This record gives sequence, C-alpha cells and structure tokens, in this order.
Amino acid sequence: MIRAAVAAASVLLVLFITVPLVALYAHVAPARFAATIVSPPALAALRVSLVTTTASLALTLALGTPLAYALARGRFPGRTLVDAVVDLPIVVPPAVAGLALLFVFGTFGLFGPALGALHLRIAFTTLAVVLAQLFVGAPFYVRAARAGFAAVDPALEEASATLGMGPLRTFARVTVPLALPALAGGAVLAWARALGEFGATIMFAGNLQGVTQTLPLAVYLGLESGELDLAAALAAVLVTIALAVVVAARVLERRAA
Amino acid sequence: MIEVAVRKTLREFVLDVDLRFERGVTVLAGPSGSGKSTLLRIVAGLTRPDAGRVVLDGRPLQHDATVVAAFRREVAYVFQEYALFPHLDVLGNVAYGLTARGMSRQSRRATALAWLERLGIGALARARPSTLSGGERQRVALARALAWTPRAVLLDEPFAALDETTRARVRDELRATLQSLDVPVVLVTHDETDAATFAAPVVRLEQGRVVGRR
Repeated sequence: MIRAAVAAASVLLVLFITVPLVALYAHVAPARFAATIVSPPALAALRVSLVTTTASLALTLALGTPLAYALARGRFPGRTLVDAVVDLPIVVPPAVAGLALLFVFGTFGLFGPALGALHLRIAFTTLAVVLAQLFVGAPFYVRAARAGFAAVDPALEEASATLGMGPLRTFARVTVPLALPALAGGAVLAWARALGEFGATIMFAGNLQGVTQTLPLAVYLGLESGELDLAAALAAVLVTIALAVVVAARVLERRAA
Repeated sequence: MIEVAVRKTLREFVLDVDLRFERGVTVLAGPSGSGKSTLLRIVAGLTRPDAGRVVLDGRPLQHDATVVAAFRREVAYVFQEYALFPHLDVLGNVAYGLTARGMSRQSRRATALAWLERLGIGALARARPSTLSGGERQRVALARALAWTPRAVLLDEPFAALDETTRARVRDELRATLQSLDVPVVLVTHDETDAATFAAPVVRLEQGRVVGRR
C-alpha cells in the first residue's frame, strides 16, 4: 500500500516535470525551428544573451573567486554575516532584486546623480542586464567555490610555500587545480542562472530588442505578441542548454567528491 | 646554523626555547604535544611566535618587526602526512620547488629524476602519490624537500605515518641521506627508538621547554 503510494507520487511528479518540456519540444517542428531561429529577433536575443552572460560570468569569476577564498580560509570579523549576505540573492525574488538595483543605479537611485553628472546611464542598458545577472548568479559560484577551497588541505598550500612558491603562485598551482571541479561546477550553475534571468532584468534593464532583450525576455514577448513559434523555438534552445547544464553539473559534482 | 629563541603561548603551556641547530642532523625529541612541531613551524615561517627571533646562517628570518615569509626562507619542510600534491605525479612533486628557482623545464626534470634515482624510486616518476605506499610517499616527500637545495631541512615526525616493518628500513635509509647533507637538519620525533637510532645530538622538549640535551 505504502509502496504503491510512494510510486504513484514519484511518477506523478516526474511526469509533471517532463511532460511540459516534451510538449514544448513537440510544438517546435524542425523546419519551422530552423526558419524561426535565424529570424532577426531570435538572433538578436541569442546575441544579447551570449554577450551578457559571458560578461557576467567574467565578473562573477573575477570578484567571486577572491571572496570565496576569503570565506573558506580567512578569519575576519563578520565572516558569518558576509557568508549569509552572499546567499541572500538566491532567496530574494528576482523582481525585488531588479527594483533594488534601480534604487541604486537608476536615474533617481543612490548613484543616479553621480552617474548623471558623468553622463553615464546604467539602468535600461546592456550593462544593466549584466549587473542583474551578476546579482542573481554570483551566489551560486561563491557557494561552490568556497566549499571547493575549504576542501583543499591547508598543508598543501604550506608545503608549496616551503618550496619557495609565493601566495599567488601557490594559489594558481595548488589551490585552483585542486578546487577546479568545484569551481567549474559553480561557474556552470551561475552561468545557467544568469542565462535564465528574467525578473530582475525586466525591472532594471527593460525589454529592448538587441539591447536588453535576452532569450527569456524574447520568449515572454513572443507569447505576449502572439508569436508562439518564436517563443517555443527560443524556449527549446533554453531547455536544451538547461539539460546540458544539469549533466555538466552532475559530472563535475562527481569529480569534486 | 639555525638560531631560534622564541616564545609562543600555546593552549596548555608556553613554548619558550633558546636553541642552536648546527650543520648536520639534530633530533628534537619529546612526548606528543610538547611543542616540537610548533617550534619547527616557527622556524619554517608557518607559525608566528609571540616574540623572539629566528636566524639562519646569520640572516634574520624573524626578529620583532622583521618577518621573512615562509616562501622566501629556503627552509624545506617534510610534513608528517607528507602533503604531496595529489594532482601532480611524483616527478612533478619533486620538480615543484625547482620552478621557484627559475630552472628550465629540462634541468628541473633532470634534477628531479636524479633525486628520485638517488632515493631508489626512479621507477615511480610517473606515478600519482595516491598509488604509493607509505614508505614511497615518505621518500617522495624527502626528494621534493631536498631537490631544491634548501638552506635547512625540517622533518616533522617522518616515521609517524609508517607501519613497524617499513619504519626500521626507512629509518636507516633516511639516516644515510640526511647525514650526507651539508645544512642544518632538524628531525622531530616522539619515538625514543627513532631518536636513539640517529647518531646525532638530541634535544629533548617537554611542556614547551628544553629539558635535556645529549
């Protein structure tokens, strides 16, 4: 009896997840897909997504790696607090994040007057897309990287020092190679989260084709404007990437363990 | 010569010593938790003392505000669990310190191989540390420490991770290798047999203080 209930619940949920995705693929006929995916709005969205997620990933690695190392090894006041703050974007609703970013970088935001004086605009530009992605994606990388660094035996770093290698060379030759599966896994997750970013982007960057319209935003607009083929084709691209990410994350997780 | 006169408050006592280690082997003996390893770490620059100085061949490594970073001390350290780099093969481990010396790839390889041969593990050059026995790991760790010609060599309980049978053999080999070195060598052990085997001066530490010399 209980076994049957467990089986039924499991099957139900697995079907609930897979059927919509299959339906999505089913809607996309190969011939129409080819035509839709090379249409100007589709290509523009692909390009914006590729450029912005590459930039936000670069920023995530550049800023997140030192932070993750400090959290893993450092003893500094407020470490637990910083740790919690970094996790915050994972649970903050994306639309709220977008609003918060507007309050900082928008025309009437905290840095608005300063940016205005320099004739700089961030909100509703491609840069805003990148910042929104950094905000929501970086925590995934920092979490994974912190765990990866923490798992590296400090004695190995000490051994490197007693063999004449300075801190940076030790980091590059010992710490990073040993934490690499964790770093790569975190980077993949952060990138995937950035690619799927919708709420913060539409609040903070808008939905302007070729400038701030990423793939998820183009899917949304396609549905709104009745272009279901476009929406479905782009959605299929996103789901395919998501599948690849899940597989990659699994492989890297196994290597990290 | 290593001159070390330092003080460091530890959990259960205060490490307070004033010692000189001449060229050749000195055994630093004493029960577990008597401050031996801490003293070794202070000399290597891995642990900061509360006060005091460390001088190596006339060069101050630690003196009040002057602190030479561990990687600039040229003091090799053989860790208790060997701390071999798991992502490098045996040759890569032994050649590691030579990179810091700015040696070319070829001469790094040649020097590392020569050390492996000398310690009788030349056949293991391409092996990963995880596939080695305890005795082999210990020899790799030793080759890695000696290959880059340090100014002093420190060994923290080099036999602790070995079983009884390997231990006696490794002890004899190690003695021969260490006694051929022309730099100060400090070997930490809590084992009286190990201490007695080396025909070397023994400094005995208890509760952070020197309680005997021989």
